[in-house]
Amino acid sequence: MRWPSHEVAERAVELCRADGCVAIVTEESEANIRWANNALTSTGVANSQRVTVVATVNGAEATSVGVVSRRGEVDGMLADLVAAAEHAARAAEPAEDAQPLVSGSGVGAEEWTAPVPETSTAAFAAFAPTLGAVFAEARSRHHVLYGYAEQRVRATFLASSGGVRLRTDHATGAIELTGKSADGSRSAWAGVTGDLDDGAIRNLYAQIDQRLGWAARHIDLPPGRYQTLLPPVAVADLMTYAYWSASGREAAEGQTVYSAPGDSTRVGERLTDAPLTLFSDPAQPRLECAPFVLTPASDTLVSVFDNGLPLRRTAWIDNGVLTALVQTRHSAGLTGMPLTPYIDNLVLASADAAGSLDDLVAELKRGLLLTTVWYIREVDLSTLLLTGLTRDGVFLVEHGEVVGAVNNFRFNESPVDLLGRVAGVGGTVPTRAREWGEAFTHCAMPPLLVADFNMSSVSRAV
Amino acid sequence: MASEHDPALFDAPARAMAAAAFDRTARRGAQHTDFRLSRRDQLDVRVRDGRLQGSDDSTELGFGVRVLIDGVWGFAAGIELNAPAAARVADLACAMARTVRPLRGSPVEMAAEPTYRDASWTSAYLIDPLDVPSDERVHQLQDWSQLLLKAADVDHVVARLVVCREDKFYADAAGTTTTQRRIWLHPMVTAVRLNCSGGGFETMRTLGPPVASGWEYLTGTGWDWYGELAAFPELLAEKAAAPSVEPRAYNLVIDPTNLWLTIHESIGHATELDRALGYEAGYAGTSFATTDQLGVLRYGSPIMNVTADRNTEHGLATIGYDDEGVAAQAWDLVRDGVLVGYQVDRQTARLVGLDRSNGCAYADSFAHVPVQRMANVSLAAPAGGPNTAELIGDVSDGIYIVGDNSWSIDMQRHNFQFTGQRFYRIRHGRLVGQLRDVAYQSSTTEFWNCLQALGGPQTYLLSGASLCGKAQPGQLAPVSHGCPAALFRPIPVLNTAKERVGG
Repeated sequence: MRWPSHEVAERAVELCRADGCVAIVTEESEANIRWANNALTSTGVANSQRVTVVATVNGAEATSVGVVSRRGEVDGMLADLVAAAEHAARAAEPAEDAQPLVSGSGVGAEEWTAPVPETSTAAFAAFAPTLGAVFAEARSRHHVLYGYAEQRVRATFLASSGGVRLRTDHATGAIELTGKSADGSRSAWAGVTGDLDDGAIRNLYAQIDQRLGWAARHIDLPPGRYQTLLPPVAVADLMTYAYWSASGREAAEGQTVYSAPGDSTRVGERLTDAPLTLFSDPAQPRLECAPFVLTPASDTLVSVFDNGLPLRRTAWIDNGVLTALVQTRHSAGLTGMPLTPYIDNLVLASADAAGSLDDLVAELKRGLLLTTVWYIREVDLSTLLLTGLTRDGVFLVEHGEVVGAVNNFRFNESPVDLLGRVAGVGGTVPTRAREWGEAFTHCAMPPLLVADFNMSSVSRAV
Repeated sequence: MASEHDPALFDAPARAMAAAAFDRTARRGAQHTDFRLSRRDQLDVRVRDGRLQGSDDSTELGFGVRVLIDGVWGFAAGIELNAPAAARVADLACAMARTVRPLRGSPVEMAAEPTYRDASWTSAYLIDPLDVPSDERVHQLQDWSQLLLKAADVDHVVARLVVCREDKFYADAAGTTTTQRRIWLHPMVTAVRLNCSGGGFETMRTLGPPVASGWEYLTGTGWDWYGELAAFPELLAEKAAAPSVEPRAYNLVIDPTNLWLTIHESIGHATELDRALGYEAGYAGTSFATTDQLGVLRYGSPIMNVTADRNTEHGLATIGYDDEGVAAQAWDLVRDGVLVGYQVDRQTARLVGLDRSNGCAYADSFAHVPVQRMANVSLAAPAGGPNTAELIGDVSDGIYIVGDNSWSIDMQRHNFQFTGQRFYRIRHGRLVGQLRDVAYQSSTTEFWNCLQALGGPQTYLLSGASLCGKAQPGQLAPVSHGCPAALFRPIPVLNTAKERVGG
């Protein structure tokens, strides 16, 4: 039997002879299946443990840090791992982001030592037969299904030489379903987050069936600027970029879309007249994430010295006004701005909106309804201009009804710019970004109606 | 941390674990079992404006067991490195295969491969970068940074070094055992200039590609880092003051530092057979180059010849044996402009009636199942071809594009858009200064059929991507692409500043 993760964290801190130490131990189990052409293509189940040791050494004028991580068994080699972190710290130059390590107590003994839950093949025991039945139904309807389902259970323990003992547990699941007509001319997508509920896959297939039906009529449209309705999943992919680009330090240094002339930032500037609020909150229901800073590396958004720092709700955009950028203690000191650390979830909401995507469709005179966006990349960092493709269904809406499917487009748009052109907002729902959902899991987004969305060229991909 | 193949791990214990797994899966009726024990050491050093921002040293060590039972895959992975644990994980893989049996389509079959007993292979390097003292690595990045920071035209500098060392033991129940080491690294330096003409800022990143090599790559073997960086301040100042491009179609001379990425996206991924067969339709996407077009599709102009190769020296996808025990090979993908081949693994090879896989299976982690990944896919340079200046000399109205930057392509590999690091206006066969805000946008076969001329071997460069994503759960793979400079007939060019609404 391996050492329990909480014990690994405590032993690492005890073994460390540096001036300061933080140990982060994550125990994770995951199970997944993947399918294509109405049949299974791969499966996987894995259990692992990841240990990160952050050692700090105080010099005469500055502090240096060493960070060493290991995913794998650490029993019998934990001392080597800790020694490697200590050695790295002693050999390192002073760390630019050095701050006193977080101190305190944290969770009680009962929570700290509670067993870590696991997932296994059993996660698919009920799901697999239902999916098999959905395959059979799809075949009978001349549909071809592709998709992925996963379940992850993760517990993370943080111990520090300052007495901190923190733990955060999370279980996440996701199902994604793509459906195509047998001739490959029509494509649709639907996804859901949460448990691998065998009812969910039936519901997703019902959505696919409806959308493939919508696509029975095809309409070719040219590139141009269209009134466009973005569903929550597409908004999530775009807003993820807006968040990942929100480094307070880089903005103050003039290197992002949030920079203003004269070593200043756009904090305080109204980005949109819509009453939109973009925020992160570790306690957000159904999007719970670590309520303390948890990072194995320092970069422009996070600092290893901040590990264990408590997190609370932070509004990045409040009622249309940019109010905060992501700050470490170090960058907050550099820029003179409040400490607002990175939080691992993101919510966009409008105080006065509750309508569904269907409600927004019903109110639309003429415009495009997207399904997802794909292959999104930064084109111009100074404006956060992104390029990408529409994927798995662009539908033309006229007088509140879908009248057919349109060709795909390449778009060039900035998520920060488009907030200023929002013409309609629906209610916020949990979602998982199509392209970036694995890297940034916890999102809740509304559908957005955007005026003049720039469809730069036609893609004939299906 | 260990700095060489650990014989205490990669010899007897690994074989004992594999034997325990095979024994267990044989009793459960497996048609095929493979066992991979892998150790991946990775280093990521970041220096910002000459100061150390972070240096992270990570190791991943574990094993995976893949089984084929009754034509259904099962896979499981674990981290406890002993034979009883390997047997338990093998049981789990078998249980997974049984659980998902209701989802089976046609039974999975694998193309045959000779067995290779006790084979070993190591990539080409002189000095293991992970053996270099950490302060020396940081000082190298700081030295490069200072070279730029002392220039008046540079406001910020970010220098980064990523190093990866993979040690992998593979065994299958048919009798193949391989032990391999691969080392690659990617140094990058980005300079930033603020307050450019028209507002905003401009950046410029080094063109030095990621390579499968050792520390010697940073000290002058294979790339002249100091030479490139010395030219940066002037180039960046010129770029910052450059006029914005007029959007329309231009003749393009594309440098290999840019063209490699277009090859990667529009040829490399498009000729992956798993995509063509729909296996990635739910995520990474499919391909327009479907199997009915093999030998027929006019991919590009007749001067276009593209090969896939897992033997290229210093190539990022170069290996001795893939993650299904298939020996490295080289083959044609596009010959005289026509689609003639695919990249396959043992399962997809069988699906299209090939006798043998060409060895493109790879798993980036012990915890991930092998998937079909890209070989080094390269565009051949004709013997006696012109140099880059001669290509430019043939253009009266065009743009010369250097270095990769933004990239995006659709899910069937048709429509793409690429930017670059530097764009030079060509008038009457001469470069007349840089441009800003350039992106070229085209569709794969239209673009490659506009290929008019290729530079000779003297223009050829092996570049590549260290982190190419695919599959679910997401996997990253390194891959190289070689190509010469190339001239294309008019291709649509956008002005990225004008793409913004109100721009």
